[in-house]
Amino acid sequence: MSDAALIYVRHRDKEESYLQHCHTLWSWITTTDHKRIGILYALSITFFFFIGGLAIGAVRLELMFPHGEFLSDDAYNRLFTLHGIVMVWFFLVPSIPTTLGNFLLPMMIGARDVAFPRLNLVSWYIFIVGACFAIFSIVAGGVDTGWTFYTPLSTMFSNGAVISAAAGVFIVGFSSIATGVNFITTVHLLRAPGMTWFRLPLFVWSIYATSLVMVLATPVLAMSLLLVIAERWLGMPIFNPANGGDPILFQHLFWFYSHPAVYIMVLPAMGVVSEVFACFARRRVFGYSMMVYAMMAIAVIGFFVWGHHMFVSGQSQYANFVFSFLSFMVAVPSAIKVFNWTATLYRGQITFEAPLIYSLGFLGLFTVGGLTGLFLASVPIDVHVTDTYFVVAHFHYIMVGGSVSAFFAGLHFWWPKVTGRLYSEAWARFAAIVMFLGFNTTFMPQFIMGYGGMPRRYHVYPPEFQIWHVMSSVGAVVLFVAYTLPLIYLTWSLFYGKKAGANPWEATGLEWQTASPPPKDNFKTLPRVKAPPYRYHPDREAPDAENREPETMQGDMT
Amino acid sequence: MSEVSRVLHEPWPSVERQKLAVTFGMWVFIASEVLFFGGLFLAYTIYRHLDAEAFKAAARETEVVYGATNTAVLLTSSLTMAMAVKASQEGLRRMTLWCLTATVALGVAFLVIKGFEYHSDLEKGLWPGPGFPLHPAATQLFWAFYWIATGIHAVHLTVGIGIVSVVTLELKRGTLPVEATRFDGVALYWHLVDTIWIFLLPMVYLIGRS
Repeated sequence: MSDAALIYVRHRDKEESYLQHCHTLWSWITTTDHKRIGILYALSITFFFFIGGLAIGAVRLELMFPHGEFLSDDAYNRLFTLHGIVMVWFFLVPSIPTTLGNFLLPMMIGARDVAFPRLNLVSWYIFIVGACFAIFSIVAGGVDTGWTFYTPLSTMFSNGAVISAAAGVFIVGFSSIATGVNFITTVHLLRAPGMTWFRLPLFVWSIYATSLVMVLATPVLAMSLLLVIAERWLGMPIFNPANGGDPILFQHLFWFYSHPAVYIMVLPAMGVVSEVFACFARRRVFGYSMMVYAMMAIAVIGFFVWGHHMFVSGQSQYANFVFSFLSFMVAVPSAIKVFNWTATLYRGQITFEAPLIYSLGFLGLFTVGGLTGLFLASVPIDVHVTDTYFVVAHFHYIMVGGSVSAFFAGLHFWWPKVTGRLYSEAWARFAAIVMFLGFNTTFMPQFIMGYGGMPRRYHVYPPEFQIWHVMSSVGAVVLFVAYTLPLIYLTWSLFYGKKAGANPWEATGLEWQTASPPPKDNFKTLPRVKAPPYRYHPDREAPDAENREPETMQGDMT
Repeated sequence: MSEVSRVLHEPWPSVERQKLAVTFGMWVFIASEVLFFGGLFLAYTIYRHLDAEAFKAAARETEVVYGATNTAVLLTSSLTMAMAVKASQEGLRRMTLWCLTATVALGVAFLVIKGFEYHSDLEKGLWPGPGFPLHPAATQLFWAFYWIATGIHAVHLTVGIGIVSVVTLELKRGTLPVEATRFDGVALYWHLVDTIWIFLLPMVYLIGRS
């Protein structure tokens, strides 16, 4: 039989959205539709976001007093470990790729689904199995090692449920790998006709770069956690110095994953804000190809900087020198991106919708986080502030100020596409501003007390740091409000929100050229792509927002 | 047309493209597996460098006869797997079935032989812990890697046997046509497991006997 005859015949109901396709719970938990799987992931990680948030809420309450009022030392250790493990592996790593990535990646490249739809569903089930292990370790009394599982504490001395927690992270890693394999194959082989690599929206590029890091870094974490489990459970003395083992080796293996993991968290965020800035400034993304190269450079160089977590571990001065240099290098593409976003906004016809406010928050907070990262890449300063709140503040600026702000930007930007409803713009803007203020109130004091010598992970502390801790805890309350507000007004919009229409923001991507919410097969007819992305207005000087010129859509749907 | 609709799945426009995706996706996964074992092999290399004599002494205790036999068994299984793929490409259903069954049988044979080897190792008390028969202490590091590396390899092989068995059964029942696109992916995975063993052979059995 010739392949020319192998034309796929679809029966497609007219105008039925992916939400209306079938209503039973069974149809949801056995779905292979990338859009529904994205929603399954979204519900799962929202649950974990609030678990991790509650844990750190208790920690921040405790830290308002210098001598420990409510919690035992042990309970304190278990709470901050819970916060770290849950937030890193059960919220931040899967956050944007598995929710927005799953939902949007096939639509943005003009495909009907990801490359392996069943593997996509399997990845969610793997996530859930890993989550069960993590929840079991919480119920079984928690873990006190910190999220880093450092040996020999984790292998020989900790009396927490280390094995189940490590097993949970191990398992959830395979869900990341499955997602990564799926996305890489999708981008390579399912792009619509005319969708060349350099016509891909930057969000697609960011998910692609993230997937590469997921596929190549996660297995090393899996192996290092497996070795910890083997030592603790089976008595294999891998990291035990008494048998010639080396605990520092664990740190190398762990950070070989866990530094690139930072880029797993922040690259998708960069993709989201690129889309949002272009849309609400009505401008092409400035330096599109440099943005692509910068993301790939971050993904690649990110693999070679792990040693900057180990400046005080006793590794050689020469290693410190090389890792310091490479850590400075990774700042170059990051800076290129910040400048290009700024240049995208320059002379744009900016309107301040909620997604843009979140994205502007990302821009400022990511920049602060990135610049303080340069402090930490410099060995002398890092030796001074290692394991202080300065480090805590730095990576929260990147991962919470940066990634979570961008996650909310994306959530708001594509909410009308996902649900078909518009949320309350006024509440959304209010929440975005509260989030920015709350974040800075929480973490700016941590820079100051960290530089002053306040160590991280300490339950009791000298009273002179109390003022900063109280400020930080007050900020955490504000942040809690800011994170809860969207939960309320977005849920409200599901029932009472105005119908969104196909393209409420007048954006140009393929995902806006189909109904909101999209039909089960994404497009009635598969689009042909005739143009690069972001055809908002020409590069010359533009009229103001009221008199703006119409944008040109990327796809040809006829 | 009926054959096509059984082979072709959403979201692919053609069988050729779908076939390409199966092998492409599997190669990406193999890259991931290489990094997975890479972490283990790196740790092995570092410790062997630090304690070369202890590693040699410890590796002399491995059962090279079992190891050599298993290498032969596994390489043969890769041959039958390659033949199965070729047979499926030629549309030879019965031949494909026989080759897949032989592959499963050889895989199981490997595990059985490995079981005898494990039994013999345990008889000699080579599980790391108090009362370990070898000295110095770093010999326990070698044996820790022995158990972990061969154990993970055996888990991979078990997964492979499971997958190949399912494909074989589906093919036998007729629920999977011989033109199906997944044979290439299954075969690639099988060869990966085989290749990992080829690295393990010198690391485990040969370094103590040079």
